[in-house]
Amino acid sequence: MTDPAAARLDGDVGLGLLRTMWRIRLFEERVGQLTRGDEVHGLVHLSIGQEGVAAGVCSQLRLDDVVYSGHRAHGHAIAKGAPLHRIMAELMGRSDGLCQGLGGSMHLVDVEHGFLGATGVVGGNVPLALGSALAGRLLGGDQVAVVFFGDGAVQGGIFIESVNLATLWRLPVILVCENNGFAEFTPRSAHTNVERVSDVVAPYGVVRETVDGNDVVAVRDAFARFLENAREGEGPMLLECLTHRLRGHYEGDPERYREALAAEEWQQLDPILRLQRRGVNERWLDEEATVRIEQGTRDEVDEAVRFGRESPFPPVALATELVYAS
Amino acid sequence: MAREIPYIAAIGEAIHQEMERDDTVLYFGQNLATHDDDPFLQAFGSDRVRVTPISETAEIGMAIGAAFAGYRPVVQLYMAEFMLVAMDQVVNEAPRFHYMTGGQVKVPIVLQAGYGFTAGWAGQHTGSIYGMFLGVPGLKVAVPSTPADAKGLMTASIRDDNPVVFFHHYLLTLEHGDVPEGEHVVPLGEAAVPREGTDVTIVAIGWMVGKALAAAEQLAAEGVSAEVIDPRTLVPLDTATILDSVEKTGRLVVVDQSTRHGSAAAVIAAEVASEGFSSLRAPIELVTALDATIPYSEPMEAYLLPDEAKIVGAVQKVLGFAPVAA
Repeated sequence: MTDPAAARLDGDVGLGLLRTMWRIRLFEERVGQLTRGDEVHGLVHLSIGQEGVAAGVCSQLRLDDVVYSGHRAHGHAIAKGAPLHRIMAELMGRSDGLCQGLGGSMHLVDVEHGFLGATGVVGGNVPLALGSALAGRLLGGDQVAVVFFGDGAVQGGIFIESVNLATLWRLPVILVCENNGFAEFTPRSAHTNVERVSDVVAPYGVVRETVDGNDVVAVRDAFARFLENAREGEGPMLLECLTHRLRGHYEGDPERYREALAAEEWQQLDPILRLQRRGVNERWLDEEATVRIEQGTRDEVDEAVRFGRESPFPPVALATELVYAS
Repeated sequence: MAREIPYIAAIGEAIHQEMERDDTVLYFGQNLATHDDDPFLQAFGSDRVRVTPISETAEIGMAIGAAFAGYRPVVQLYMAEFMLVAMDQVVNEAPRFHYMTGGQVKVPIVLQAGYGFTAGWAGQHTGSIYGMFLGVPGLKVAVPSTPADAKGLMTASIRDDNPVVFFHHYLLTLEHGDVPEGEHVVPLGEAAVPREGTDVTIVAIGWMVGKALAAAEQLAAEGVSAEVIDPRTLVPLDTATILDSVEKTGRLVVVDQSTRHGSAAAVIAAEVASEGFSSLRAPIELVTALDATIPYSEPMEAYLLPDEAKIVGAVQKVLGFAPVAA
């Protein structure tokens, strides 16, 4: 049933996905460097290796669609449109950061771009997305709510409570699980006997699919099908993306719990390299364009760092000024 | 015009009137509408009056997400202790978001929580647990003691742009009192002074206000003029009214149904000791529950709790009277 013409990825779509993944990759590599120099302080979790999920999903969302993420949130924020320089300023604790330096890496929020953000407590974000979906329905629009979480969140009661309620009320929320096989420092086998997250939600009748999360096009195609139905008011749905976190749980994690991937194995898994190979094969990408995207992104990240460094630290009195909304 | 209605009806009236006045007010809860002619369901429909499963975490999380979109959900939890299964949402999500996002979002939700049901409900449904929320910046805490205040504080809580835990006392449920019929707002953060006096200040919380007033009446017969203060909200706490009173009387007794350690009474005593020490002519007395789980058997239950006699004894002590033999 595959139409050979449709199997070739549209070049503009491919370049857009590639650019988003490079923006996440280079931004986070730079954040990793800056943590080692303590310009970015505090706890930082990178999503390097998982960029295909964020790019494949968020590239299809509108500004008024709402995205939630967890502690590993930079990629989702970037893919949803949050500006690099304001994320970087936030990670540096500066005044011009998205959250004025009050949130940091684990609590990035950019309301203007529909990134309702990050909660640092695993699973804590899932019911919030239900609330957004409910609000969207009551308001009568066709916007959808998307929540990213890892496979580690699925063993918490909050996940099942949310799945149950979302199905009971048929809320237009799309649950996107990044199943990278590790929950913090231990493999999935130490957490559960259920290998596939999509099997966990099966009894609730959630529409579900498991895809290769390191194939950004597969993520995009599967999500597109869900999104179309969610726009019609259907839901919930669960997209399980099998992926691989290349870095540790947090920056500085000694990672004694696993073997590093061989370079060749990583070449096969890297969502960016895979899309580039595909682009070359399908002739919508060449060496020159690859270099241009990478270099352009490096310049943008440099500019974000410069912006962050030049932004002042917030006045310390701000620390007690936003405790209550007035 | 005022007329006499029960405390619990006053709370319901406030929610009903606010739902009439403002379409964004939603009402969630277990068993909330058990039949089709439920007055809330009849008036506002099942979009706004939503019966939930026993899933406090998902209920509260969903309320937070809906609040981000501009709704004002009231979550009926029945028992305050049921909040404890959802502490992540109550403590670490709802009150943190406005702050962590640098003020980008507001979380106007009300958690309606009954407490203190010391009528044989034993260990898990009787706690006066408001004290544990005083150390959560971003949350407000209301503890009405009269039907009129119950209505006025609920109205103010719904209109407030912050998460409010509204603690209503189960043993006041059927207490009647004058309640204004129309709109009635009691601002959060303004103590009431239900009895003026000159010799001693008694600050009492919730159910204890009635007991303090009865004790004051008994003391008046002995020639002691006691002033009774009802803080009405513990966050914000109207320390100014308490300090002014202590400046006048020089003596303070704090009455709280909670266990003593970490109680609101301990916080109030600390504020007065710190800010009003020069006014004090005697050490502050705390009359609280003993530090134990509430027992089932009636005599033991009564033994543990503050009562009129204990309040009178504490007042006599700060006035330097000889202790009365038990």
